[in-house]
Amino acid sequence: MTVVFTVVLVLLCAAGALTLVRLLLGPDTLDRIAALDVLVILIVAAAAVYVAIHRDSSNIPMLAAVALIGFVGSATASRLAERRRGGR
Amino acid sequence: MILDVLAAVLMLGGAVSCFLGALGLVRLPDLLSRMQAATKPQTLGLLLILAGTALRLEMDSAVTLLLVALFQVITAPVIAQLLGRSGYRGGVVRRDTLVADELAAKLPEDRPS
Repeated sequence: MTVVFTVVLVLLCAAGALTLVRLLLGPDTLDRIAALDVLVILIVAAAAVYVAIHRDSSNIPMLAAVALIGFVGSATASRLAERRRGGR
Repeated sequence: MILDVLAAVLMLGGAVSCFLGALGLVRLPDLLSRMQAATKPQTLGLLLILAGTALRLEMDSAVTLLLVALFQVITAPVIAQLLGRSGYRGGVVRRDTLVADELAAKLPEDRPS
């Protein structure tokens, strides 16, 4: 089981690194917002793996909170990006 | 034992899906296809990982995980729609890569949208 968890965490870390590459490259604000949204999902997934490793259910409300706050952040940022560009 | 193997398979599948989605986020050429890579594989990967986690927990904790999965399934399309809308109206979307562009007739370039 330890091997499986290690492989899963390494894959998630690699995915996070690739997402950070897209976050740095841009080229547009909307690409960065999409990358940040992916990063939030990856954080939730990694926290879920932590819960699975330790069989510790006390962190599960944190998963729900992070998922919801990530949604609010991405939605607000994309509305702001549209408005700043001179859209409606 | 069987539950552990099943959880391991689910979590590995979810991690591979998340990784491939992130790879697509870097490799794909324009905003709309990147959004495709940012929403669908990530959602699938998160759902698989949550399912694998649920198999290792008691029943009542697993129900809360279902709530997290529900949030994700509801919010991912909303984010994708907002980003697509902003990108299309802001002119970030590359029109030459689109196969079908049904919005072009409804939303002329010269109209301040």
